[in-house]
Parts: sequence; C-alpha cells; structure tokens
Amino acid sequence: MKAATPEAVPIAGGTDVMVELNFDKRRPPALLDLGRVAELSGWRTDDGHVRLGATVPYARIVGELGDLLPGLAMAARTVGSPQIRNRGGVGGNLGSASPAGDAHPPLLATGATVELASVRGVRTVPADEFFLGPKRSVLAADELVTAVTVPSAAGPQQFAKVGTRNAMVIAVCSFGLALDTGTRRVGTGIGSAGPTPLRAAAAEDFAAEVLPWDDPPALTDEVAREFGELVAAAATPIDDVRGSAAYRRRALSVLARRTLRWAWQDVRVR
Amino acid sequence: MSAPTRQGGLTSTGTGGVGDSPQRPDANLKVRGEFAYSSDLWHEDMLWGATLRSPHPHARIRGLDTSAALAVPGVYAVLTHEDVPGENIYGLEHPDQPVLAADVVRYQGEPIAIVAADHPETARRAAARVRVDYEVLDPVTDAAAALRADAPVLHPHNPGGNLVRHARIRHGSGPLTADVVVTGEYTVGMQDQAFLGPESGMAVPAEDGGLDLYIATQWLHADRRQIARALGMDEEKVRLHLAGVGGAFGAREDLSMQVHACLLALRTGKPVKIVYGREESFFGHVHRHPAVLRYEHGATRDGDLVYVRASMILDGGAYASTTAAVTGNAATLGAGPYQAPTVEIDCYGVYTNNPPCGAMRGFGAVQACFAYESQMDKLAQALGMSPVDVRVRNAVEQGSVMPTGQVVDSAAPVGELLALVRDRPLPPERGATFDLRELPGGVSNTTHGEGVVRGVGYGVGIKNVAFSEGFDDYSTARVRLEVTGGEPVVSVHTAAAEVGQGLVTLKAQIARTELGVARVVILPSDTAVGSAGSSSASRQSYVTGGAVRAACERVRADVLALAGGAAAGLAGGKVVDGAGVVLADLVEVLGEAVVEHTVEWRHRPTEALDPVTGQGFAHVQYAFAAHRAVVDVDVELGLVRVVELACAQDVGRAMNPDAVVGQIQGGSAQGLGLAVMEEIQVVGGVVRNPSFTDYLIPTVLDMPPMPIDVLERADPHAPYGLRGVGEPPTLSSTPAIVAAIRAATGKALTRVPVRPEHIVGD
Repeated sequence: MKAATPEAVPIAGGTDVMVELNFDKRRPPALLDLGRVAELSGWRTDDGHVRLGATVPYARIVGELGDLLPGLAMAARTVGSPQIRNRGGVGGNLGSASPAGDAHPPLLATGATVELASVRGVRTVPADEFFLGPKRSVLAADELVTAVTVPSAAGPQQFAKVGTRNAMVIAVCSFGLALDTGTRRVGTGIGSAGPTPLRAAAAEDFAAEVLPWDDPPALTDEVAREFGELVAAAATPIDDVRGSAAYRRRALSVLARRTLRWAWQDVRVR
Repeated sequence: MSAPTRQGGLTSTGTGGVGDSPQRPDANLKVRGEFAYSSDLWHEDMLWGATLRSPHPHARIRGLDTSAALAVPGVYAVLTHEDVPGENIYGLEHPDQPVLAADVVRYQGEPIAIVAADHPETARRAAARVRVDYEVLDPVTDAAAALRADAPVLHPHNPGGNLVRHARIRHGSGPLTADVVVTGEYTVGMQDQAFLGPESGMAVPAEDGGLDLYIATQWLHADRRQIARALGMDEEKVRLHLAGVGGAFGAREDLSMQVHACLLALRTGKPVKIVYGREESFFGHVHRHPAVLRYEHGATRDGDLVYVRASMILDGGAYASTTAAVTGNAATLGAGPYQAPTVEIDCYGVYTNNPPCGAMRGFGAVQACFAYESQMDKLAQALGMSPVDVRVRNAVEQGSVMPTGQVVDSAAPVGELLALVRDRPLPPERGATFDLRELPGGVSNTTHGEGVVRGVGYGVGIKNVAFSEGFDDYSTARVRLEVTGGEPVVSVHTAAAEVGQGLVTLKAQIARTELGVARVVILPSDTAVGSAGSSSASRQSYVTGGAVRAACERVRADVLALAGGAAAGLAGGKVVDGAGVVLADLVEVLGEAVVEHTVEWRHRPTEALDPVTGQGFAHVQYAFAAHRAVVDVDVELGLVRVVELACAQDVGRAMNPDAVVGQIQGGSAQGLGLAVMEEIQVVGGVVRNPSFTDYLIPTVLDMPPMPIDVLERADPHAPYGLRGVGEPPTLSSTPAIVAAIRAATGKALTRVPVRPEHIVGD
C-alpha cells in the first residue's frame, strides 16, 4: 500500500502526525493506519538483541523493557503524558525524525539499527546513519519503519532530558548514555542540540580509554568534567523558542557529567 | 428557529446556605465529560464559520479579492469589512478595533475576512483562498520607542498618539531622599490566560430579523452593546445566551468571534457556529500586558519607607481593549500594600503592533506586585532586615492612607497574613533517598540531588475588587418564589457568566439562606434580564451576590406580608416568628401566588482620579493575599521545583469555603506559571509559540502542596462582609517564588518568567 500511494502518511499513535494535521501543517491525501498490524506491535529477544516493533507503545517499553533496554525505557518515561505514552511508539519518533525525539539518544548510544521495509525488501540502517537533517531521514517514500533492533544492555545506561516544565515537555536538550562493561565501550546520544540527534564520538573514545574498567574506583572529577565538555563540544545547537544555544551546550555538559557518574556508580555496585 | 442543543438550567436541591460548601450543580456533568461547552453547540442545518487573519503585524491592505473563496463548493458566504452593516468598530472602553480590517492591519492575526460553509474544513480552505494584497509596514514593537515623537502613529484619531493613558499619582510632599535607597528595573513577559475551552459560539437568525447568539463570554450585555453597534441593529433584537464556558481569566471580556458569527448568520439565514482551534485561540483574545517597571524605594535606617517612585510602561498592543483601566490599576496599586509618606508614580499604557493586551486575572496589579515585592526584598537586604520584617513594618492596615489619598476603610490584615505564612512549619529538608518527581526536572531525570539548593521567599499583594474609578458598576437579579409540585421553589435569573468560578453554586446558597427554601433553580444566564456586569475583577460574589440577596429580601418581605401577623422570617420551608417558632407552612402561605422581584444593585460609588495628582476614592474594596514559597533549584541546570506554596488570604466571609480554597489554589498556580514558565514569545510583532507544546502551563507535577489559611475579617460595606477572592493569590505567588529562587541562587532575576538561562547565566 505504501508503494502504491507513497504520499500516504503512516499513523500509529498519532503523537506527531495528528499535531501536524490539527495545525494544518500538512494535508496528506491518505493516512495509513498501522494500529492493527500485529507484526509491528510486539517485541522479542534474539541473540543478545531486542527486536522492538515500531508501534509498541512507550508505556509497554517502560513496563516491560526496563531491564533489557534501560536507557530506552528511561527515555520512554519522559515522553509526553500517560495518554501519549499509551499510544505513541518508537516507529513514529523515527518517522518524524525530529532532533528532539526522546527515543533517539538511547538508540544512538546503544548502537541500535532501524529496520525499514518496502515492496523492494527489508533493509537495516544503523541509527547514527538514519538521520539526515531536521525532520529528514533516509526513510524512502515507499518505506515503513517496521522495527528497531537494540542490543540488550551490557552495562548501565542512563537518559536525562532538560525541559522547562517538570513533566509533559519537549526536550530543550537531552542525553543518552550506554556503557558496555564487556567490550568496554561507551555510547552516547545527544538530543535537541543539532539538526539531527548526534553521537559525541570524541567523548565516547575518551571515556572508553580513561575509565578504570578493572576494579573500578570512584570516577574522578576530571574525567567527568572532560567527558561533559567533549559532549557539549559535539553539539551544534541553535537559539530557538525553547532555549538558547549557549544554555543547551552548558546543560549538556552537566547532563553528560551527571549521567556518567550515575552509570559508573552502577558499574561499581555490580 | 429553535434553540441549539446546549446546557440548560441547573437545579440545586438539598442543603447548603451561605458559609457551606455544597457541591456544584454542574460538578458531575463536568467530571463525567458530559457538560456542554460552547464548542459543543449543535443545530440542524448549521454552517461553520472560519476567519482569515493577517500574517503580518503591520500592513496596509491595498486590495481584497474573495472570488476564489466564493467559488469553493459548499461555501455560503465570504464577508469583508464592506459587509459590516453598522459601525465597523468595537472595544470595551475605547472603540478602536475593526470587526474586519479595512485598510490596515495592526497585529499578526487580525481578522480580515470570514467565511461560512457547510463543513469547517471547507470554510478554512475557502478562507485561505481570499487574496489580500498587503503593503507590509515596519511594525512598532517596542513600547518605550512607541512613545517617542518620531514613532509612527498607529491610531491617527487618538489624541495621545500611541499613548492610551498616562496614569499619574502624586502623593505627599516629603523629600525624595533617604538614608537607604534601592532602585531596580523589572520586566514582565506576556502571559496568556490559557483557558482550555477555545473561543466558540453559535448565532441563530430569528424570524423578527434579529438573532440569538449562544456564546461563552464574561459579560453578555457588554458583548450585546458592541455587537448591536456593529450590526446596526437595536439591542433588543440581539439576544445573547450564555453557553458553557471553559475558563475565562479575562480572555473573554473582549469580543472574538461574536460579531463574525452574527454577520454570517444574518447573511446566510442559517445558524452559524465558529470554534477556534488552539493556535487560532492564541490570536483570538487579548493577553496580559508585558511591562517594564522602574522603581526607587527610599527608607530610614530603621526600615520605614520614606518614598516610592515608579515609572511603568505597559505594552497594550494594537488595540486599547482595557489598557486604560489596567494602567490605572498598576498606578494606584503600584506602591503595594505599604504605607509610604511620599509616592510618585507614572504609568503609561501604550499602543504597539504587538498582540493586543487587556484583561487577565490580576489586571495591572500583577505586574506592579512583581516589581514592588522585588524591591522590598532588595530593601530588606540593604537594611540587613528579614524580608518579612520590612514588609510588616510598612504594611497598610485599616485606616491607612493609600497613594490615591483613599483611606483603607475596612480590614487590611497584611501583617497578619505575612506572619501566618512565615510561622508555618517549613517542609522537611530533602532526605538521602530521592523520588524524581520531587526534584527539579521531575521525571526527566536531570538530577539525583546534585546542584540542588533550597530557597525560601515571600510575597504579598493588594488588589482592588470590582470596577473602579467612578464606573457605574451594578448587577441585576430576578428572584421568583412559587409553589411547584407541592413544594416551594425559588428561581434565580441573572445575566452573570458562570466561568467555572462557582457563581451558580453561590446564587443558590444565597437564595437558600435568604428564603429558607431547599429547591433552587438557577436559570440560564441571558440578556432577557438586566446586566450583571462582568465576571471579572473578583466582583461577581460581591455584586451579583449582592443583587441576588437584595431581590431575595424583597421577595421575603412580600411573603411575610402575605403571612401577616408575627411573621418575621423564612426557614426550612416555613414562615417563622422572631424567635424562630413556626407560624405556617410556606406552601400554604403562597398558595397560587407567584412572588417575583427584579433588583438592580450597586456597590457604593467610586470616583474618578484627579488627572494631575491621581487622588480620589477610586476603589470600592481592597483585597490581600500573602505567599511563602519554598523552592529547590538545580543551580547548574537552572531548573526549578516549587516544593511548597503556602498562602494566607483575607476573604471577609468565606461564602463557600471549598470554592474559596479552589480559587486560591488556581490563582497561586497561575502565578507560579508566570514565575517560571508561561510566556507568549513575540519577536518583531510575531508570536513564536502559539501552542500548548511551547506555551507551557504548570502540570500536576509542577504544583506543590499549597497549605492555605483563610481569614474572615468582614467588610461592613460588602454583602455578608465578603471580599473578592479570585485575583489576589495570582499577584503574590509570582514574587514569592522568584524571591525563593533568588535566595537559592544569589541571582538578581529581574524578569519573569525566570528561564533556566537566567539562573545559570553569568
């Protein structure tokens, strides 16, 4: 159907699509209701990964995937209101490809892949190659986001989001962090501080290198601060109605510092 | 034509007189989602209206072409300024606003053309096809610059140029020097009322050539006067009926879609419904005036105020609306609830090309309160005194003289209110364990306690109740007592707007208390009875409550005369003597009689201010509230969580104690919104955030526990001794929270709303 009417807009929870329709930002000739497509609405584990269907609502991610995908579950908890979390899912977040999408930082931090399907076949795209620009992605007109495949957590994960209200708020900036204590890698994802969600590659390399993975002591202030500064340096924020570029950079350095401390504390406890 | 499907009358049965808290008659309907709001109106064969608005804040209209819109199938009418049969002008105080723009648009969102079609989407699409040839002009967006001689004049007929009003207060002749002097400049951003029920209503043409308008509004008769003038029709032919109102807060004092729906209904001969969407609503009503306020306070070393000087500029936007009255309020209440021997205040209300501003809960007193309370904190710091002590030391009390020369002639327990909030136990300090919902940033997981600093701050404010400065302020009530179905029934009919505040409950409570009858029917509010004045200015309990009581007193007098003998009162459905002994059953005394009285009731008159000195008996009543705010601030991220917001308020008499607490909670929440999040951001005259995605109002996770003390110090001039309740808590909540954030951060914070950037900035 998507191939036959590529201008049809797929809709699941409608979190973004209905806002655009209601505000008359777009007038698609057709909507493609994904609500009753069973293949999209479940998740399963598969060889150390979770294959998460595109329409699994955030509320289920919070309730069912807190152990396997803790970073994504924490991000899902910050999405909108209970009503929105009952309807919205990761597929729509990716389809909109907003730099402020809450699911994106944990997908980047964990090295998730996005599954795209069309009559031409199925392809998978690494999350950090999915986004092209503000609300632009590699998703072709005849394709649907069908699932994301996320490695099961191999270490502590964190997600933190700054908004000017204590609930139901779009990110001014956000940060996802995933530690892999087996491979000793550090993953990052920055939200709402650039044209797309971003990874902070230099910060990842720095942390992977200097973190004392063997018999871990407490994290030093120097490491936490340097990590925060490298994350802030990776961002390319703008001034907009939700906050200034300078504030976003500053807040990201604080979020990165704090989340690394929390994650590292978990490593030590384990 | 028949009436549309809508909310009818409400019957209040059982008990609950003045001082009780009976359940609202519409409570269950509203909780179940079954209450019919104005957006739910429905009529067979109705059309839908839509509005074309200017995208430019300032432009000349060189041409208008409606032919493409008219060609859309399903469109019944496309109207422009040429189709306004009466005067194409309206306004609450100064008629200066066109129903549909003719040659110039003065703000983004100004209506230019209206369309009626058989489907709302068709109407919107057709409106978008109206072609407007604009010559875009530079907008005047800085209120101070608008007053300069070289600024473009936006309303050529206004004698003051871009000045709507200069309110000037000169009081006392003491020196403008003192031991301790503090100065400051404060800025208040543009707050929106953010009611949840958008502007909506339905006009139904009538066989007599007039029409019936079902409308969510704050003042039916003021709407009717303006509508009739624009339609060129006798007021008697324009009948208004209150439809279900989904919040108001001042935003429904001015007209929005009223005339538009009437024009389309008259042209098409069909009922026409207009409902704004959320984005359109941000352009459909006035907002709170943004303000820049410069203050200078002088005091002795002991902390006694010597003088207060202030200069304030209020940005009224493109049309006057209530700017003149708001300016008068900010000036007359500009020194706050404090005694100062010498006061000099100049307040300017100004035209610009920004969105029009007018009434919003607090009405000029909010802006001044943020500034003078910030100054009192600054003064306390300069004196090395506590913020409460310096306030109490200078607080007005009964008998004090205001900067207008007016003597405060009823209770003014300002010091006591401050002491009440100060002496409450503080909420416990944060423990070692944490719940994200109780930390700044909430569930967004931004801190586990790192960077979080607690602060405490105080605020107190003064608000006038009811209309001021010589306005002929009255309400009308018709009360009828008769036997129906074997029991006595009271009907109460007023034109007062129930906007959620609970007047429907209160009118029944008053009738029950005065007439001793359980069954009270509150008839729908409409213009078949005289004006009730506006549901604003914290005035309806006072003025419409006063009218209902006065009408009940006349009905009671007639019934007692019917009963004769020793009859002295009505209680429990009986006629009683002076000792309360039952003399007769009310049903028997009334028999077939219908006793009815209509009363027009006024509060004591006020006076206009002297234009040079600002002296005069301008306000009928003052009301006071004080807050203590406790906040946790994440000083590294600039995020705030208000931990507790305690309030003490004198309400004269708690007519309905539950409703009083509800008003105090709601007002405090609106003040919290202004303190930390609510602002319409306008750049170059263009609104950047016309949505609830980016215009943020507090959620349940932003509102803290609100312990409340209610004082009841009767005002002998007011019915039952009551004092208006709705606005005072909105004033002092904002400065108390900002003072607490200052205490936590050490930042100056001279602007509201406080943004994270202001807290972490250098």
